[in-house]
Amino acid sequence: MKNKEYLKTVKKEMPKTKHLRTMLRAFLVGGLICCVGQGISDILKAIFPAMTEEVVAQFTIITIITITGILTGLGVYDEIGNFGGAGSIIPITGFANSIVSPAIEHKREGYIFGLCANMFSIAGPVIVFGITASIIVGLIALIFPGWFAK
Amino acid sequence: MINQTIFFSNNNVGIADTTTIAGPKEGEGPLKKYFHNILDDDLLNQKSYEKAETKIHVAAIRHMLNKNGMTAKDIDCVFAGDLLDEIIVSSYAMREFDIPFMGLFNACASFAEALIVGSSMIHGGLMNRVICSTSSHFSTAERQFRFPLELGTQRTPLSQWTVTGAGCTMLENNPELPIKLTCATIGKVIDYGVKDANDMGAAMLPAAMDTLKTHLKDTHRNPDYYDLILTGDLGDAASRLMKKLLKKEGIDIEEIHDDCGVLIFNREGQNVGQGGSGTACSNLVFNSYIYKEMLNKRFKKVLLMPTGALMSKTASLQRETIPGIAHAICVEVV
Repeated sequence: MKNKEYLKTVKKEMPKTKHLRTMLRAFLVGGLICCVGQGISDILKAIFPAMTEEVVAQFTIITIITITGILTGLGVYDEIGNFGGAGSIIPITGFANSIVSPAIEHKREGYIFGLCANMFSIAGPVIVFGITASIIVGLIALIFPGWFAK
Repeated sequence: MINQTIFFSNNNVGIADTTTIAGPKEGEGPLKKYFHNILDDDLLNQKSYEKAETKIHVAAIRHMLNKNGMTAKDIDCVFAGDLLDEIIVSSYAMREFDIPFMGLFNACASFAEALIVGSSMIHGGLMNRVICSTSSHFSTAERQFRFPLELGTQRTPLSQWTVTGAGCTMLENNPELPIKLTCATIGKVIDYGVKDANDMGAAMLPAAMDTLKTHLKDTHRNPDYYDLILTGDLGDAASRLMKKLLKKEGIDIEEIHDDCGVLIFNREGQNVGQGGSGTACSNLVFNSYIYKEMLNKRFKKVLLMPTGALMSKTASLQRETIPGIAHAICVEVV
């Protein structure tokens, strides 16, 4: 059997991801996380009516990231991720999980070369792309000031 | 050596004893009554999982010595391997023993490699008694080959679960022993271009097929010479595909084939994807279930074929494909 033929057979014969099921789960988990975020935001608004919309949003993010960090440490978030897939990766909670989990894992290799050096081993690309995109947008705004005027 | 097969024709390579230490999840699986020891906890009060795996490996060898009332002086050499970079688990485990040591690596087929090298030494009369041991640990392998443990990733249906545990086989130059290693086929590295690191079964399947076909040809045997042809860790889907592909070539092993990865876990209930994998997988299954059932004469002729996916994270990132290897060892009740 030739290699190409074999790869074709493997593609045909091996079990595949059940996309409908994983999408439904992602929708449920992602939606639930967003609902929790909205809930926290509403509670904050009710307790501190003086807070501006922007401050509430920031506090909500801080709260939800803290909760994710704790859940990751307790070994709960990976179960949520295993069930929800992209539903738990895309929201900010997924980003928090991707920083806390390597930090926990690499603590044993010491704080500097273990924890700190590896903390961004998974989230790193997100940060690089984020910074690159903001530089490009910033340059465009600088060159064409009219485009971003209100 | 005939082609790729070596024969231990002096009929003196016997299995003197075996021992196994299984992790907690393995201990809940279908083979729990066969394991010699089962751990309650896979960290064992150590600071890291690497240290825990080393402790398990040490414990397996020590248990073997103790239960046979032996000391380091009674063992000529230990052949050991594991999955971690620079096989640190085996090397660090052997700090504890005053026994000559040879470290081996063939990924999940390391156990086969250890048995073949050990048997050759004994058959040739160079050594009298050796220990072949391997270990693996879910948490150390996951970390080295995939992602941090607590990262919320989804396991694909093709993924496999690295077995936690260690086991050893003691081989002896003793024609009186009931179970003997009679021949072995040394496999070649075969790569059909599978790239998916989650689909190790498909990566190792061509190697398993090649070794099996070569073994049957070299020994002029039919598959039904064996009561059991036992692959290492192809997993459920790849095992079925292998049987299908072999059938197309006129080799029918449907009734006599099993896979250690499939045997060690309850696939449905334990959420392990296609089954178990890892250096300890074929080791734990052979040293517990198969050896004990061979002593009971339920199996008389077994072809053990541990399979290995020779991958590394660096090579995968460099878009390399995954080469596979499989060695076959014929174990018989004589």
